[in-house]
Amino acid sequence: MKILVTAKRVEDPESKIKVKPDGSGIVQEGLKYKINPFDEIGVEEGLRLVAKHGGEVVVVSIGGKEVQEQLRHALAMGATRAVWVNHTGPLDQMGVAGLLQKVAEKEKPDLVILGKQAIDDDQNQVGQYLAEFLGWGQATFASKVESLESEQEKNKVPALQMGADNKSVRVVREVDNGLATLECALPAVVTTDLRLNLPRYASLPGIMKAKSKPIEELTPAKLSVDVTPKVQVLKMASPPPRKAGIKVPDVATLVDKLRNEAKVV
Amino acid sequence: MLQGYGLYLEEHEAFRRTVRAVVEKELKPFASQWEEQEEFPRELFTRFGELGFLGLKYPEVHGGSNAGELYEAVLLEEMGRCGSGGVAAGLGAQHTIATGPLHKFGTEEQKQRFLAPAIRGEKIGALGITEPNGGSDVAGLRTTARRDGDHYVVNGSKTYITNGVRADFVVLAVKTNPDAGHKGLSLLVVEKGTPGFSVGRKLKKLGWRASDTGELFFEDCRVPAANLLGGLEGQGFYQIMGNFQWERLSLALGALGAMAEMLEVVMAHVKDRRAFGHALHEFQVVRHRIAELATDFEAARQLTYHALRLHVGGEYAIAQTSMAKKVATETACRVADACLQLHGGAGYMMEYDIQRHWRDARLGPIGGGTSEIMNEIIAKQLGL
Repeated sequence: MKILVTAKRVEDPESKIKVKPDGSGIVQEGLKYKINPFDEIGVEEGLRLVAKHGGEVVVVSIGGKEVQEQLRHALAMGATRAVWVNHTGPLDQMGVAGLLQKVAEKEKPDLVILGKQAIDDDQNQVGQYLAEFLGWGQATFASKVESLESEQEKNKVPALQMGADNKSVRVVREVDNGLATLECALPAVVTTDLRLNLPRYASLPGIMKAKSKPIEELTPAKLSVDVTPKVQVLKMASPPPRKAGIKVPDVATLVDKLRNEAKVV
Repeated sequence: MLQGYGLYLEEHEAFRRTVRAVVEKELKPFASQWEEQEEFPRELFTRFGELGFLGLKYPEVHGGSNAGELYEAVLLEEMGRCGSGGVAAGLGAQHTIATGPLHKFGTEEQKQRFLAPAIRGEKIGALGITEPNGGSDVAGLRTTARRDGDHYVVNGSKTYITNGVRADFVVLAVKTNPDAGHKGLSLLVVEKGTPGFSVGRKLKKLGWRASDTGELFFEDCRVPAANLLGGLEGQGFYQIMGNFQWERLSLALGALGAMAEMLEVVMAHVKDRRAFGHALHEFQVVRHRIAELATDFEAARQLTYHALRLHVGGEYAIAQTSMAKKVATETACRVADACLQLHGGAGYMMEYDIQRHWRDARLGPIGGGTSEIMNEIIAKQLGL
């Protein structure tokens, strides 16, 4: 079984993000970067499936040479090899899905696992576009029936269950009113939600081995993908700072303000 | 910026990210609780064993990863940031001072019996040198081990022993020839439960409260002669000295981590706290104070890294190591004091973390040889 997993480089959620004064983007100086946490969950899930069914996890990332850091992280976790699509400059969700489509067609995986969204721009689109471009089934927001602290989780039972003939995958997914279970024919695209697993740490032997694992370099030109963005970012702005609250003297004033000012009751 | 200060490589930094994730998720959230309970869970030893953190510089045949001392340096720095000097000390004692002599000087049989389970975190180790009458004056130690057939009979006591109460084995400094000064010194591994070996009370401390610091008593305690480290009498002084450099570097590296953490804590505080209509960091006096602290921290870091570079390069850098230990631990005390001051009244309150850094830092210029002992060593190296 071959599983293709994405590893997007995103701003560390612990970093303080500042928008540039001209609104053209964010201030990148002094920021720390890491693998998109949802993608890291995808790597973990891929590794668990491969541990059970055999095969390999191939990790892919798009960006300048700095994304090799995230690829190495996934390799240190246990992925077998990496594909780096070398591209700097603007890229929209369809461009990303287009590049991933070509990588998937080249690699022919049984399953593509992506984070449900990247925590930088929170688009939540690439997995869906990719499944459509490939003409494959999709199961988004893969989640878990039992709690992450449960015995099952501790025993690392995969939340994605392969069919007996390895031709389908059963996915529990998080929906508004609970959990839905889907069965998808393979190959398929799955996106991960937060409550799917607890990713392992990159162990020292893993870090050592990752040094010699291959990273294949591709480009949009080599993949024959036109990545000219259809979506343009016009302006970025910080959310307005939260205003200080007020104290009300009694319940009547509170209800009045809720009704007439906040208009919520 | 030069990656890893020209010292650490990309893979060291990757390992740092792993250690930091472990510290952030598994240690920091519990640091206050463990310090208050004056104990951390024994399971942390097995957890660290499972993560491979206790055998970074030890051979694979004993369960280590043979990765080298620079990885352990990364671990020590990051553990300095965990918020509990006691947790860092208890786990650190395992992989720096307790197992160091076993690895360097133990027989293969001793390594299998003590080093391997200590690397797995299944056995807790301690190094027993200091006595009620003295510590750094190792030639003057009074605990004796008299040979009697295939055993040694040990009499004496030890104190201020990190991991002493919980230790499954103690690498004990004893006089096998009480009349021969430092040449009469040997190291003997004594196991918990050996008749005649008893553990006294857990000592109350100013800082490092989560670590277990104990008194050990030996009364006609019969220890198999097979437990004599390396199977050689009279090698104790040399064996102790052989690991002192790393112990001192480990204290300097821990102080660096602690300073990084304190500066992060104080930066957050001065940006958050307002006085006279401004955030504290908008006052020049505050900005400049923090700039000075950051500069002192950087100077301490550079001297420590210099000594570390010499050490991993195979030099017996005794003067530079002593200097680094002294400068880093003393700077940490001054930085802690200034950070506490910058917290104002909050700095004096137990509910704020900075007081613990202040208490924990104070051990640095004392443990592993006091600053005064460091000065003696440096003076000797100068030819005085």
